[in-house]
Amino acid sequence: MARLATSDALIQVTGLRKAYGTTLVLDGVDLSVRGGEAVGLLGPNGAGKTTLLKILATVARPTRGDARIAGHDCARDAERVRGLVGLVAHGTHLYDDLTALENLKFWRRFAGERPDVEALRGALAEVELDDCADLRVRTFSAGMKRRLSLARMLITRPRVLLLDEPFSSLDQGARKWLEQYLHAFTAAGGAILMATHAFGRELDVASRLVILGAGRVIADLPRGTLSADAIHRLYALHTEDAR
Amino acid sequence: MSRWLGLVATLGVLAGLVMAFGVAPREMTQGNVQRIMYVHVPAVWVAYLAFLAVFVASIMYLWTRAAGADWTAHAAAEVGVVFLGVNIATGAIWGKPTWGTWWTWDARLTSVAVVFVIFVGYLLVRQMTDDPERGARFAAVVGIVGALNIPLVHFSVYWWRTLHQPPTFAKPGPAAASGAIGMALLVNFIGLLLLSAYFIAKRYALLRAQQEATA
Amino acid sequence: MTFLRRAWAVTWKDVLVERRSKETVNAVLFFSVLLLFVFEFTLGADRERLAAVLPGLLWLGVLLAALLGLGRSFVLERENDCWEALLLTPGDKSAVYVGKLAGNLLLMALVEAVVLTLFTVFMNVDVARALPGLVLVLALGTLGIAAVGTLFGAMTAHVRARELLFPVLLLPVLVPVLLAIVKSTESLMAGEPLGVVSHWLKLLIAADVIYVVAGLLTFDVLLEG
Repeated sequence: MARLATSDALIQVTGLRKAYGTTLVLDGVDLSVRGGEAVGLLGPNGAGKTTLLKILATVARPTRGDARIAGHDCARDAERVRGLVGLVAHGTHLYDDLTALENLKFWRRFAGERPDVEALRGALAEVELDDCADLRVRTFSAGMKRRLSLARMLITRPRVLLLDEPFSSLDQGARKWLEQYLHAFTAAGGAILMATHAFGRELDVASRLVILGAGRVIADLPRGTLSADAIHRLYALHTEDAR
Repeated sequence: MSRWLGLVATLGVLAGLVMAFGVAPREMTQGNVQRIMYVHVPAVWVAYLAFLAVFVASIMYLWTRAAGADWTAHAAAEVGVVFLGVNIATGAIWGKPTWGTWWTWDARLTSVAVVFVIFVGYLLVRQMTDDPERGARFAAVVGIVGALNIPLVHFSVYWWRTLHQPPTFAKPGPAAASGAIGMALLVNFIGLLLLSAYFIAKRYALLRAQQEATA
Repeated sequence: MTFLRRAWAVTWKDVLVERRSKETVNAVLFFSVLLLFVFEFTLGADRERLAAVLPGLLWLGVLLAALLGLGRSFVLERENDCWEALLLTPGDKSAVYVGKLAGNLLLMALVEAVVLTLFTVFMNVDVARALPGLVLVLALGTLGIAAVGTLFGAMTAHVRARELLFPVLLLPVLVPVLLAIVKSTESLMAGEPLGVVSHWLKLLIAADVIYVVAGLLTFDVLLEG
């Protein structure tokens, strides 16, 4: 991955609002993430973390406001954004009845490229799944599936990673692996926005924390400024105070 | 604006009633029950115009994503379904004393019934989709396919009924469109058209108010 | 060219998954056999009446099996959120429509072959002379059913009461296609030449064009989350 100018905001969100019917999920969010930065997105349930990620990933459209990736509007220029962004969310984006290699082959072909089997095996080796290339994904553990999803996504060389609880249900080994990978990603100039529930070691990846409450940004500060308790208290304040 | 429309619509409908009961001639064999035709026939014309509106508004919505296009399509579909329902119901009411049966599978009734079900499906899609914006998109697709299907339905049902067997019942209609009858149909059509426009405007306003209550 | 390659990727993937899981094909084939029994039990006693309604029954069998199979073509994508991944891959999303359509056509062709064979064998129906015309009708009709079925299947995959909404949407829209194929089959099996049903064939072609074009143009709107 080529080094990018770290002063540019790769993720830029301004006044973002999202309503599902009569429910207002995001109520004016402002946020920016530069290349080389990893930002942890925190907040109680229902604060809007997943919705924000979905809008940035172009899966959902905003009701009002602006969301941009590398300057491209997520709603109006969605196809361009899709080529720049990688989403790791709840679903693995894998077909359980296909083998690891077949999954990669399919997604390559679907992206319009001829699958280079050697390169795909190489990608599997990078995520330490090369010996499972011909095994069906159904037999994989959660950690292996997460690694394969990442391998699939990383072949397209995204500049921005949007992650929703990426460490959940991973064992120790897989967690360590993911941490290293995310560090390498930002070191090469990519931007990461990672939504998480937990306050443990996952947050070490992030240099900055943005806390959402009731659809708004209630805090945006370097990691380590607030203790876990302080953050919990902030949560409590903003869920009682709902709208 | 819609109040003015409502007023004109009421006048139109009243005029239609006057034409239907006062001016138009009494049908010889069926008697006064035939006058129901003056609602029955214009109702289906109005309904089909409403579905044309659904078609155009659905395309506009998919193209521009303007909420107004979605509200128009939604309102027009509801009104279209109601007027088709009126057509089917008045057809049954007319049919019972005239032919002794509530329903027959003749070409016109059948094709109207099929189109009715298609657009009830349109309304169902909206209702059964959790996310309203998604429901609007899905409904637009159903609206477009449904409206394009209307001519196909008409031809296929007509051929089904007439090419290999003689029509079971020829719908009694004006023998020749004599002046008064034609006039009465036209006035009722205009009255019902105004009424449908009024309903659509009201429904549109309601949908918009609902949306703006949350923004 | 890339478009076709991408569509082909989708078809290949569906065929591969289906071959391994065997979910849909087994269910649909088994269902077709069951239908045969049901028809025999309810109508078999009166051979003449059975012969008269045979074209309708044939297509009823195909249609019911299709309802089962077509509705499921997108359910596969809901597992693991592959649906989302299809949307997020840059490129014309109607390639997914074409790929799924091709897969559904293969499924329906299989069902029709089985149903026709079963009918010929068990109901003692002679389709030999009508076969060329019948194949044409089958091809045109199947394309129409699959084109709308694929489009509506994509829609209803995300709706709460999918099993209810899918047939409710699909069947009324398919009335013209159904009438066309049943009436054509009737005429052809009664020995009439193809020219007699040309108006039905034209209707089928018009319907096919309308449905496929509508599908190609509106599909990407359905993929959005």
